[in-house]
Amino acid sequence: MSDRAVERWVAGCFLAAAACAVGFVVGYVVDSGPQVTGGLLGAACALVALGLLLWSARLLPDGTFVEEREPPAPTEADQDAVTEALGRGAVSRTGLLRRTFLLAGVSLAAAVVVPLRSLLSPGSTHPDRALSETDWRRGRRMQTREGDLVRAGDLQIGDTLTVFPEGFPEADDSATVLVRVDPRELRRPTARGAAGAVDGILAFSKLCTHAGCPVGLYEQESRQLLCPCHQSVFDVLDKAQPVAGPAGRALPQLPLAVDHQGYLVADGEFQGQVGPTYWRHA
Amino acid sequence: MITRWVVRRLDDRLGVSPALRTGMNRVFPDHWSFLLGEVATYAFVYLLLSGTFLTFFFDPSTVKTVYEGGYRPLHGAEVSAAYASTVQLSWDVRFGLVVRQSHHWAALLFAGAVVVHLARVFFTGAFRRPRGVNWAVGVTLLLFTVVAGFTGYSLPDDLLSAMGLHVANSVLLSIPVIGTWLAFLVFGGEFPGAAISQRMYIAHVLLVPGLMAALIVLHGWLVVRRRHGQFPGLGRTETNVVGPRLWPARAVRSLGILFAVIALCLLLGGLVQINPVWLWGPYEPGAALGPAQPDWYLGWVDGALRLYPGWEPILFGYRLPNMFVPSVLLPGGTFLALYLWPVLERLWTHDRRPHHLLDRPRDHPVRTGIGVMALTFYALLLTSWSLDVISRYTGIPVFTLVGVFRVGVLTVPLLTGAIALVLARGLRDSGADRLSEMSWSGLRAGWRRRREEDTEVPTEPAPVADLEQPPAMPEDLEPVRVEPGPVP
Repeated sequence: MSDRAVERWVAGCFLAAAACAVGFVVGYVVDSGPQVTGGLLGAACALVALGLLLWSARLLPDGTFVEEREPPAPTEADQDAVTEALGRGAVSRTGLLRRTFLLAGVSLAAAVVVPLRSLLSPGSTHPDRALSETDWRRGRRMQTREGDLVRAGDLQIGDTLTVFPEGFPEADDSATVLVRVDPRELRRPTARGAAGAVDGILAFSKLCTHAGCPVGLYEQESRQLLCPCHQSVFDVLDKAQPVAGPAGRALPQLPLAVDHQGYLVADGEFQGQVGPTYWRHA
Repeated sequence: MITRWVVRRLDDRLGVSPALRTGMNRVFPDHWSFLLGEVATYAFVYLLLSGTFLTFFFDPSTVKTVYEGGYRPLHGAEVSAAYASTVQLSWDVRFGLVVRQSHHWAALLFAGAVVVHLARVFFTGAFRRPRGVNWAVGVTLLLFTVVAGFTGYSLPDDLLSAMGLHVANSVLLSIPVIGTWLAFLVFGGEFPGAAISQRMYIAHVLLVPGLMAALIVLHGWLVVRRRHGQFPGLGRTETNVVGPRLWPARAVRSLGILFAVIALCLLLGGLVQINPVWLWGPYEPGAALGPAQPDWYLGWVDGALRLYPGWEPILFGYRLPNMFVPSVLLPGGTFLALYLWPVLERLWTHDRRPHHLLDRPRDHPVRTGIGVMALTFYALLLTSWSLDVISRYTGIPVFTLVGVFRVGVLTVPLLTGAIALVLARGLRDSGADRLSEMSWSGLRAGWRRRREEDTEVPTEPAPVADLEQPPAMPEDLEPVRVEPGPVP
């Protein structure tokens, strides 16, 4: 292709880019949606790119040149001069000054680290306490996210329901999943956890003991709770022991009871550490 | 002449002519793989531009508001201001969705370009002296890339990113001794934490990009200062630089690449949906959705979390959290190995000389083998990131896949690494230019060398490039020397 022909192609690219830019403005004004505006502006940029790349590759003078590299390091004389200049800072008792200055620096650095403690928001409880307790208390009723109180009859066999302590619908670590199974299944010799159940309703912490994701899926056929993050699987009929996946501990069970008005209530705190394992006494 | 006039005015005020002349005449070695860093830089430029646009519409507050916008199904829902403003800027701000999506695509592209660029520098030995400092700067940039990406996609306060934050919180909690305090200081309290949204916002729009911009400038300045390395070839020696000059062809091409990168981001942003947060829904305590994957540059950690078995041994009376190994030790070890690699290689080869001539991957078979092994390992971890999705499409039970990958991630890298080592040795010793030209005897020679060396102390010959006599300068190579001098 002759230079003239290439020039025409490059000019064609730039003209088409200008047309796309105009099209973009029109598309924007008439609100034609992301596909049209994004596509046209992208096409304009692509055409400019194409024009520039053609221009660079076919029209501009190129060629191979040789340049000597600069020497890797400055000359020794330069280095000596700098060392000497730095030496001008020396005074008779440099050792004493250096050590005390170092001490001051280290103390200052250590001192300014301390206010990092303020990153813990005002009013927050101590981490160890916050992690070891939730908002469940003996006799506290359960509410759904929408605020409805829960009775045992609200769940059919095979149903699940996410509940929170009454008045604490935002308490992430108190999120609890209710699962209703056939009470006869809980009388099997292999089944455990029947102690905290009411009419076949079992309650477990909803936070996966692996990475803290909410255990969002219930497979009714196998009575298993499944975490969508890393596929940990917990057996509801066996105290929510992990049966597959990376979780190393069972989902803590929340013992249930029924209050005098017939509402489901917690019969104490979770039995076990809620959420992912952290460094604490085993 | 208008150019002459502009130059004179500029010189009167700034005196730029000598520097400009040196710059324009500067010779750069040329190879397609040297453009990867350029692509990354331009993706970063686009991230800054599109991100600035997004800050005008996004509100990081977690205060509850009632959504009333263009997305009908969410009408009347009580959501955080962060989530509402993200949906708003996607549905009601004209062109906002394109910018938001192209910003996300640009982040994926940027991380990809950074990783491929890192692989290029690794396999060609461009991290050796005098470029060790720049290698460390580059690894730090990769680290910040991951932080910038995570804090970015976690901002909208949607259900998917809330699950990511749950995991991040658990990662911090799993660190022995200091983990609980670290998690509480970062989040400002127990999950979800009152302060995390504001903190991620300021980290994402100011701290991390500010540091990255400074490091990118330093990275580029060191390349200019130390000059780019070049592949060995006709007339190329350790003491010269051979290639085209910056002005005009290379500069115009570079401008073309800038526009190409922006075009790619805009086309993807306009045509290919990414992270539709209105479909995920807002964060709600106790809610989850699946399948859930982080962005790809964190996928390898997520994959490791899926593969690592549920071990929680008791150490000194304390329970070691399961997540500590795959999500703290593995990434920590990965970055430590990256930072230390130039030192480790120097200790292994005893080669302390500066190198301006790059290796071809075959020139250093052990390095190439280790590199291929590492790439295979991380690629398999990244694949494990989507085992639930693979299971859904293939019908293979997910725990069968987990079992296969648990074995594969530990064995396949050894195999591919060994194959790469043998191939590299065969190529180096047979002198074949490319794989298709290598004969079976060349390949067998590579294999035998390996067997012999297994019984001896393995020694790697020093790279031969600078020992060779450079060929005589061909006549069409015009030496150019640029002397800065007084401007006429």
